[in-house]
Amino acid sequence: MTASAVLRRTALYDSHRRLGGRIVDFHGWELPVQYESIIKEHGAVRQRCGLFDVSHMGQIFVSGPKALEFLQKVNTNDISTIGPGKAIYSHLANETGGVVDDVIVSCLAKGRYLVVVNAATMEKDFSWFQKQAKGLDVLLENKSDDYGMIAVQGPTAESLIKLLAPPAADLSRFGALELELYGTTPSVITRTGYTGEDGVEFIVPNHIVVRLWEDLMAQGQSFGVTACGLGARDVLRLEAGYLLYGQDVDDEHTPYEAGYGWVVKLDKGDFIGRDALAKKKAAGLKRKLTGVRLLERGVPRHDTPVIVDGKEAGKLCSATFSPSMQTGIGVGYLDIPDLAAGKKCAVVLHGREIPAEVVKMPFYKSAYLKKGA
Amino acid sequence: MFDPKSLKYQKSHEWLAADGTVGISDHAQKEITDVVFVEPPKVGRKVKQGEPVAVVESVKAAFDIYAPVSGEIVSSNSDAAKDPAIVNREPYGKGWLFKIKASAPTENSVLMDQAAYEKFVASEAANGSH
Repeated sequence: MTASAVLRRTALYDSHRRLGGRIVDFHGWELPVQYESIIKEHGAVRQRCGLFDVSHMGQIFVSGPKALEFLQKVNTNDISTIGPGKAIYSHLANETGGVVDDVIVSCLAKGRYLVVVNAATMEKDFSWFQKQAKGLDVLLENKSDDYGMIAVQGPTAESLIKLLAPPAADLSRFGALELELYGTTPSVITRTGYTGEDGVEFIVPNHIVVRLWEDLMAQGQSFGVTACGLGARDVLRLEAGYLLYGQDVDDEHTPYEAGYGWVVKLDKGDFIGRDALAKKKAAGLKRKLTGVRLLERGVPRHDTPVIVDGKEAGKLCSATFSPSMQTGIGVGYLDIPDLAAGKKCAVVLHGREIPAEVVKMPFYKSAYLKKGA
Repeated sequence: MFDPKSLKYQKSHEWLAADGTVGISDHAQKEITDVVFVEPPKVGRKVKQGEPVAVVESVKAAFDIYAPVSGEIVSSNSDAAKDPAIVNREPYGKGWLFKIKASAPTENSVLMDQAAYEKFVASEAANGSH
């Protein structure tokens, strides 16, 4: 992106400004990094309920007689395991087993799916899909410009959702539902999120995004609802062990290296990257995304070096101060894979080695998260 | 607690009291928000005006704190290191960072009084920078 590129705004831009949101450029989108405080917003999601504008994310609808065949081809996970009303987290792999994107695929009806993709990769993904769909009877529709998206996350999210979209409150974890809201084109609601808490994501036509946001804010007062920015979202997802595409995983890293081997189903039949991934799995890992936590004061950052047994073993990809753990945490690809939890190491901050230790991922597990059905 | 009107300020948003105490302004703590780490300088360290001597970090970023005058660090606020949020709560009181014994007292003539500092902050905001 060039400096002169025009930044895009979501339908909620004015709402963010009114709420005092501090607007930043996030992959070409003007979005709030925080309103009042990242710590407060983080706490709201862990203890009550937070609202996130995630309208920058992309929506690609896939339909037709060969929709499932196509999705099986581009995804590492087994899409045939979800029927109508269910969603699944998956990776898109390239021929060398690198990750093109991480996505959530929802089955809306037999032969009709919605793929939610990252904002920064939306165009890359859609071209990739078009290329891979050649010769298959499948319809690909990139409706990213037509839909906005609001994530409602936290222990009280279900009570709030019950007021505004009662059927969505009955969804089990990774349930998906098409529902007409405000008497217009159906919205899609999924019991998903990227915070490590229970909650749903509303994928709604652009012209009702503001109405939905305002209703959620108004009706959510008694549930402690708080508007949350990208800063809180980044901390929440890192604590929960979720990947940030482009920072923790990319075309050069495989799902195995990222610790996401469970999204690769080698036995589901052929798919793009399968051979490369099978070979890499058999050969064993040379590096693996590893979690560390600091044992003394300090805030690790992106690119902070990690020292294991006196040698630099890698750098952290994502790192921050964790309000849940009250210490610095981070993940990075370390040359010595599969380090045991509790293994002592160090991170280099401001030229000094700060004691740290390897942690079994995720850093944080919610007591409120609904089990998958 | 120091009266903000009695303090001298520099463009990097530190304040200096007449007794040599240094902290960050209320404007700076609001901009940084959520201070989660403070590393004050070691007592006895000799520093030059404008030299980075301490670090204040938020969830998102690290900020260098610059010495407003040259001199020797004579005291360092360990309470702020233990409870960094104190810098947000009391930027002109218990959230002070360190105390400096100035070696060249005339240096503080380049610092701003409160009225000039507020003008500077307003002009910075108008230019869209933080």
